[in-house]
Amino acid sequence: MSLYVDIEKAFGAFHLKVAFETADEVFAILGASGCGKSLTLKCIAGIERPDRGVIRLDGRTLFDSEKRIDIPARKRKIGYLFQDYALFPNMTVFENILCGAGDKELARELAARFYLEGKEQLYPAQLSGGQKQRVALARMLAAKPDYLLLDEPFSALDNYLKSKLERELMEVLDDYGRRVLFVSHDRNEVYRLTDRIAVMENGEVADIRPKRELFEAPRTLAATLLTGCKNVTRLEHREDGLYALDWGIYLRPAGTDGLSGAAYQYAAVRAHYFEAVTETSEMPETLEPPEMSNMLMCEILREIEDTFSMVVLFRNRYGEQTGDYSILTAEFSKEEWAGIRVRTVLQNRPLWLRIPEQKIILMER
Amino acid sequence: MDYTPLWISVKVAVTATVFTFFLGLAAARLVLSLGKWKGVVDGLFSLPMVLPPTVVGFFLLLLFGRNSVLGKFLERCGTTVIFTWQGAVIAAVTVAFPIMYRTARGALEQVDVNLIHAARTLGMSEVRIFFRILLPVARPGIMAAVILAFARALGEFGATIMIAGNIPGRTQTMSVAVYTAMQSGNRELAFRWVAVIMLISFVSMFLMNYTVERNRRRLWRMWNKKDRGGA
Repeated sequence: MSLYVDIEKAFGAFHLKVAFETADEVFAILGASGCGKSLTLKCIAGIERPDRGVIRLDGRTLFDSEKRIDIPARKRKIGYLFQDYALFPNMTVFENILCGAGDKELARELAARFYLEGKEQLYPAQLSGGQKQRVALARMLAAKPDYLLLDEPFSALDNYLKSKLERELMEVLDDYGRRVLFVSHDRNEVYRLTDRIAVMENGEVADIRPKRELFEAPRTLAATLLTGCKNVTRLEHREDGLYALDWGIYLRPAGTDGLSGAAYQYAAVRAHYFEAVTETSEMPETLEPPEMSNMLMCEILREIEDTFSMVVLFRNRYGEQTGDYSILTAEFSKEEWAGIRVRTVLQNRPLWLRIPEQKIILMER
Repeated sequence: MDYTPLWISVKVAVTATVFTFFLGLAAARLVLSLGKWKGVVDGLFSLPMVLPPTVVGFFLLLLFGRNSVLGKFLERCGTTVIFTWQGAVIAAVTVAFPIMYRTARGALEQVDVNLIHAARTLGMSEVRIFFRILLPVARPGIMAAVILAFARALGEFGATIMIAGNIPGRTQTMSVAVYTAMQSGNRELAFRWVAVIMLISFVSMFLMNYTVERNRRRLWRMWNKKDRGGA
């Protein structure tokens, strides 16, 4: 038993409608900017007031529009870590922590726990990004909150600092009994830190699932894109099978014979799941289905060398493709790509890529 | 040269600034917490700024005159504000108030709203948030508001002459003295008062720029002193 949220709020043309329940876990809301994830946190903390709905924490009602209950933010005992930390610029580190604690002994203890000894008399403007975050964490925990809300805590930091602070934060979360709701647009961050993920799109929760399940088989287009999948297509149901409109090929996903695929609207495949077909014997003889199913003949548009991999942008050389998603992305290790190049591009032979049938993600919306 | 107009001006302006400070700040705080009626109340508070000072003086006479309820009450208490330096204070407060209120409100509005939100989630009361966070963070803007209000109070003419009159040695302020000197053809005296007023105005503008600049420099110094050891 932990946090229960079921709220609605209209904000001009934007309409927020979220419902979820968390257990003692690190729960994340993953969403693009402007999807309403921060607004949801603000409603839970009591900073914004929902139009209707219920918010309960461990059975304690914080908000109930029907019973006209609206506990003010300062009595909710919910800790909130702001994106920019919101440290009081006119107070020293110690005074900042004291604002939460109200008790000098506790403030001193927390300063020590967050490695801020010797920094107590500095002002926030004198601190580095990492130190600021520690002060914000110490100040938040000093108020002895029952539950923690973290609003994109790493978005303002560079990569090196980010992984360091992430580890620090994970320790705090473990100490804290993992009663945390975390909001981010960074899929990797969310994957590393949390147990369960809600995907939000346009003010609504599109999908709530344990993180591994969600990343393996997202069920909506929004979830697929947010989990970092770069290749998506609209589907059309033709007599010959499922036709990928944006890619100009037929798809034959695993386990979807017959009509069971009728409800699917989109398909996707992750960039690193493409398999190169380099043996002539494996290449299709005709360009007609079902031979062509799951096979793409690449017109390579660009090869981009990334830090540890090669990213290849390409489009299908045959078939008519329409729409924004006709350019696909494949990712190979550098060695693998060098091998593929030698056998295809350098010999003026076409490069065929196969989409493994188990790796096709199908979405109903 | 009789310097009484200078002392009267300073006495009136300082007293008026003290009142204006608290009234303007309270008004700014009130308007910021209002929801639906914000626009109306804001318009009402800003009105003396856009009205001609003589119209303000006219209303003040209506309010404090011998025939008004307030005037009669004051008379029964054995006092009056008409043709006294206290009357000049009332006139100065009325015209300086919108400047204080608007500038202070602007300064308070500039404060990052997340600071207030953070304070609330930490369990701080609204009163404590106002005095411990809002006011100190908005201090440079509020200082500027005080100086602007002081300058306006010091230079007040129209409403002052209507409610406090032009009694040398009692209610004649510097700006009124300039007018009187010119009327009586004493250009030299007028010039002197103009010089004194310009000097005071210049000093107050300088003070304002200095306080703003000093705050910026303070932040700049903090930034340079920034401890880069440890992440």
